[in-house]
Amino acid sequence: MTDERNRGAKGDILLDMRDVVIDGYSDERWHEIIKGVSLTLNRGEVLGLIGESGAGKSTLGLAAMGFARPGCRLTSGSITFDGMELRSTRESDKRKLWGTRIAYVAQSAAAAFNPAHKLIDQTIEATMRLGTVSKAEAQADAIELYRAMQLPDADTIGFRYPHQVSGGQLQRAMTAMAMTARPDLIIFDEPTTALDVTTQVEVLAAMRDAVERFNTAAIYITHDLAVVAQMANRIMVLRYGEEMEQAETRKMLSAPEHPYTKSLWSVRSIQKKAETSDDYILEIKDLDAAYGKGKNVLHDVSIAVPRGKTVAIVGESGSGKSTTARVVTGLLPQNRGEVLFNGEALPPELKNRKKDQLQKIQMIYQMADTAMNPRQTVADIIGRPLEFYLGLKGKAKEDRIVSLLEMIELDESFYDRLPNELSGGQKQRICIARALAAEPELIICDEVTSALDQIVQEGILKLLMRLQKELGVTYIFITHDIATVQAISDEIVVMYQGAVVEQGLKTEIMSPPHPEYTQLLLSSVPEMDPDWLTNLLDGRAKAG
Amino acid sequence: MHPIVRTVIQRLLLGVFTLFIVSLIIFSSIEFLPGDFGEAVLGQAATKETVAAFRRELGLDLPAWQRYLEWVGGVVQGDFGQSFSGRASSGQDRSRSVIELIGPRLQNTLFLAVLTASIAVPLALFLGITAALYRNSVYDRVVNAATLTTIATPEFFVAYILMLFFASLWSLFPSLSSVTPDMSLGDRIYSATLPAMTLTLVIVAHMMRMTRAAIINLLASPYIEMARLKGVSQSKVILRHALPNAWAPIATVIAFNLAYLVVGVVVVEVVFTYPGIGQTMVDAVRTRDVPVVQACTVIFAATYIVLNLIADIIGIITNPRLLHPR
Repeated sequence: MTDERNRGAKGDILLDMRDVVIDGYSDERWHEIIKGVSLTLNRGEVLGLIGESGAGKSTLGLAAMGFARPGCRLTSGSITFDGMELRSTRESDKRKLWGTRIAYVAQSAAAAFNPAHKLIDQTIEATMRLGTVSKAEAQADAIELYRAMQLPDADTIGFRYPHQVSGGQLQRAMTAMAMTARPDLIIFDEPTTALDVTTQVEVLAAMRDAVERFNTAAIYITHDLAVVAQMANRIMVLRYGEEMEQAETRKMLSAPEHPYTKSLWSVRSIQKKAETSDDYILEIKDLDAAYGKGKNVLHDVSIAVPRGKTVAIVGESGSGKSTTARVVTGLLPQNRGEVLFNGEALPPELKNRKKDQLQKIQMIYQMADTAMNPRQTVADIIGRPLEFYLGLKGKAKEDRIVSLLEMIELDESFYDRLPNELSGGQKQRICIARALAAEPELIICDEVTSALDQIVQEGILKLLMRLQKELGVTYIFITHDIATVQAISDEIVVMYQGAVVEQGLKTEIMSPPHPEYTQLLLSSVPEMDPDWLTNLLDGRAKAG
Repeated sequence: MHPIVRTVIQRLLLGVFTLFIVSLIIFSSIEFLPGDFGEAVLGQAATKETVAAFRRELGLDLPAWQRYLEWVGGVVQGDFGQSFSGRASSGQDRSRSVIELIGPRLQNTLFLAVLTASIAVPLALFLGITAALYRNSVYDRVVNAATLTTIATPEFFVAYILMLFFASLWSLFPSLSSVTPDMSLGDRIYSATLPAMTLTLVIVAHMMRMTRAAIINLLASPYIEMARLKGVSQSKVILRHALPNAWAPIATVIAFNLAYLVVGVVVVEVVFTYPGIGQTMVDAVRTRDVPVVQACTVIFAATYIVLNLIADIIGIITNPRLLHPR
């Protein structure tokens, strides 16, 4: 894997974007999405682009390729890549750059690989277009890159279809795909957001290694400061399409200047004192469960939930946390074991449960969007459980809806709104109000904050904590985000491959010694220290 | 056993079962038809005795379940029975077997269907893919408007318009499409040109619009954007990245339209006096020629089942998730 092209010296300007304005079309008019952002990127340099959803990070990243998504246009400013003005370059000429000199790594590799073709055919597609190498040579090089990305079975993995390969492996294969033509610039668009923390570490290491090895410049887009700290030399903070602040990584982390940048740390500032009690509202005993006639996905799961407290269930995707919630709510009857609610066994089948049993356990979902009927107003959505469980009608119902809205810190003006008129955080608040309307004793929160931005997350978590204090409601909080767990939980349950690794008070679980898996999970959570990844990898290498 | 083979066998068995249900429905619905063949042939003046004697001769006096079993028993051995027509009260039996009656007609219909399909399917795919490639352009709009016009126009009207231009004004093709068994293939194609053109105009819109929609539907997928950002040209994006994932819905619509070519073309047959199976069935219904009606209906049902089976199989083999399980 030698580098044949003369890349110029490290430090030369590769990409220069001046006063870039990008418009997006919605509601039948053009809006500014990027409002005059300038950036320069030197050869071999990695720039971190950070901000919340809607900040315009992806739009700006794609603009660096001279590409605008359908419904967007590059309105003004200049984008100069290696002396070439991309805004005035013809599409067919830009295409010659794409995939060969500028490459793109997408957020969800599972969606960005074409399901109809083998990985290796997609990997070498861009290099084959150059016509400088034979198919066999291109394949051999791709296999080399797979190996460099530490993919298992590098020789054969490329000959599989995307659905036969795991998400973390696909993400690495996609980085290999970006590398095939040895581009000068790679745009990484949230490449690890869809991955579990333990997988994220491996992918980050592989990407950083690849970028360093080929002296590739990169724009690394993410909403996670700790992740970008590992990857970038320099960080730019973006909000509502404007640059907030730009600085060297270490400087940005140690002394952020802009109040907005400081607020990005905020969710980590919530701290709840861990408490427990012997009065258990829910006891899950020796649970085995399976989907259909398949293999058991839960093995001997026992969890005890103290009344009025928050129990966080953490684990990676596939660890069985959501399945446990489905058994508790009756959506998935267990094969073995029992679920005691207030000391009384709950019937496994949903249809055998009594109305008050259903009422006392409510659920809030990850995707507030899909958990609400888009045709129903806020009042309909919150009013339904009031009518169904409590039999409220007319004025009594209206009053109760308004007081519930107050409880979730929204005013009466939301009463008649439809879900699509609400922001992501407001939607999740309505879902919380709907759960509260049934006057439950236990609320199961399934990844309720993971689709939300940091600051909005903080608001939701504070709201949930306040409601617990006021109403004494118990939470089971399912999440893969350790920072959130630390913020709000009393007790923690760690799950792995369908079994409970350990359960205990937050302070106990978070302090050593840890069981092996907990150790791996906790150590994989990125920290705000730019040396974290290096130290972690060194540490793991030494430990063997 | 490969999962696909298993699926195909399952679908085939299911198809046979469906055909059985269909045969029950056909038989019982014909039972419910008012009047019978005896009265229809002998006319109002016939005495009760002659009608009864005639019914006995045709076996119509037997209980329904017995007649059903006999019929099904014959069909599974490839015997669709004797046509009623040609029998008269005179006692002379000039009737022919159903197969002898339907066979040539079915061949004609299949010939027309294959001829139409071999024009319409490639045309629809070409128009659909190019319309997706140049979507929202003038070309796209013209193609859409034109195909919508032809499908919105009643088919007999399309037929007469074509006849007016291509048979009367310019006399390129014959307006009467009589084909006989002793004609050469070229002559057959020549005389079936106008009906085939009519049917093409009728079915191309569905298939073209589904091809276009299925491809455009996929163009918003992340993997299409990824292909573009790898510098893949627009036409390759569609042919290599979108089309392979769009076959399942396209095949379903094609199967549906091909089935229509076999079972639904009676109007076009009448306009061009083309000797196909549609006319045969209409005549048989009018004369209460029950064995012929039953045979035609079974053939129609089997056509639908087989074509849909093929569409399902195409849907499976173009989906790598099913073709190459984990």
